[in-house]
Amino acid sequence: MIYLNNAATTLQKPPCVARAVVEAMEGQGSCGRGGHTSELSAARTVFHTRQALARLFAFPHPERVVFTANATQALNTALWGLLNPGDHVIATDWDHNSVLRPLHALARERGVKVDYLSADRQGRLEYDRLEGLLLPSTKLLVGTHASNLTGNLLDVERMAAFAKQHGLIFLLDAAQTAGSTPISMETMGVHLLAFTGHKGLMGPQGTGGLCVAPGVELRPLLSGGTGVRSFEEDQPAEYPEHLEAGTLNGHGLAGLGAAVDFILETGVEAIHAHELALTERFVRGLRDIPGVTLYGHFSGDRAPVVALNLEGWDPASAADELSMQYDIAVRPGIHCAPRIHRALGTQDTGCLRFSFGWYTTDEDIDAALSALKEMAQ
Amino acid sequence: MRAKRPTLVITFPTTTAALGWEKECIEKGVPGRLIPVPVTITADCGLAWAMPPQERGRLAELEGLEGLAYSALMEMDL
Repeated sequence: MIYLNNAATTLQKPPCVARAVVEAMEGQGSCGRGGHTSELSAARTVFHTRQALARLFAFPHPERVVFTANATQALNTALWGLLNPGDHVIATDWDHNSVLRPLHALARERGVKVDYLSADRQGRLEYDRLEGLLLPSTKLLVGTHASNLTGNLLDVERMAAFAKQHGLIFLLDAAQTAGSTPISMETMGVHLLAFTGHKGLMGPQGTGGLCVAPGVELRPLLSGGTGVRSFEEDQPAEYPEHLEAGTLNGHGLAGLGAAVDFILETGVEAIHAHELALTERFVRGLRDIPGVTLYGHFSGDRAPVVALNLEGWDPASAADELSMQYDIAVRPGIHCAPRIHRALGTQDTGCLRFSFGWYTTDEDIDAALSALKEMAQ
Repeated sequence: MRAKRPTLVITFPTTTAALGWEKECIEKGVPGRLIPVPVTITADCGLAWAMPPQERGRLAELEGLEGLAYSALMEMDL
């Protein structure tokens, strides 16, 4: 099999990840739920993973790395925890349903007002329109670091500068970039960073988190057991317990910690360079195939995601052909990103998305190009 | 029943804080270990650091370290 659906999840993980999960399942108890060696082992593992992620994101507050089940839960924690009736949010056309749907629910249930920074027909965000969206009640600016459809990277510097200039909180959705694109929370001016563990971080599914900069306070999305301050009726105010109710996914977090160790040893820059080179190889090869329409723009840095359509094929049939005839995994459809599809004009057909990862090879890229060439004939 | 002996007990606001303390102690060779918080203490976190009282002076090595916070420090027979 050739797996080119890494924007959905990375199928291939460093071998240390599965080993760490198995070892945790065989000997690790529950974090913060006792002092026996087994429970301390879990607590140490979770602590290590917190520290490793803080290091990866250049975030000097590991206790404010809050674990969640995925990026969606992290984004919901940020949005529901922050926004009150009457607050205004600026999101973007690039955002995933993990942002769009909570904002829609907040608008309906809390009277939160939402505006979207538009993307043009090439999928480029129209940053010049940011000022025009600002209201006196604007509290939050949210953006996805990389479009999960086009792979284009957000102009984080510009967004952060806008947030700083107007005293807004800046939430960055790093679902497509954590582990594969360098991120420095402090340097980038990000207040809230949401990530998932199972994509670029190459950890197990069911892991993710939210980094909460000091000074940003969130209401807990969930309340429950923490192992600390048990007589208090409210969720403890201290982080991370403030936003972590219930038993953590200690086994998954053991795997995530091993994955982040691997990334730190390998170097995010090296991973990013490899994935960018693969993407450029793929895009170069596509130019020789007739009937290919590419979406997004292809100058400068990007995430390893390429969306296209092939003349004569609807995306679902093309994905099925790639699967059945060539054993190549890609993803057709709308990719939970309705606004960018509308901007690109692909809302009726969807696209075929190819996405690459650390374990993708040049041979994989060439095989995909060869398959598309045959299908185009 | 095990014999009781004087122990310096340090409590923490969170499990993360306890683990951060343990990591620093291990790195600096400060003796002690994490234990379940003694029932006589109203503690924030379920874990406490237990160490010999005569080693109290070693705690100076941990002072001023960023992110290292404890809630209380007390001596008792455990």
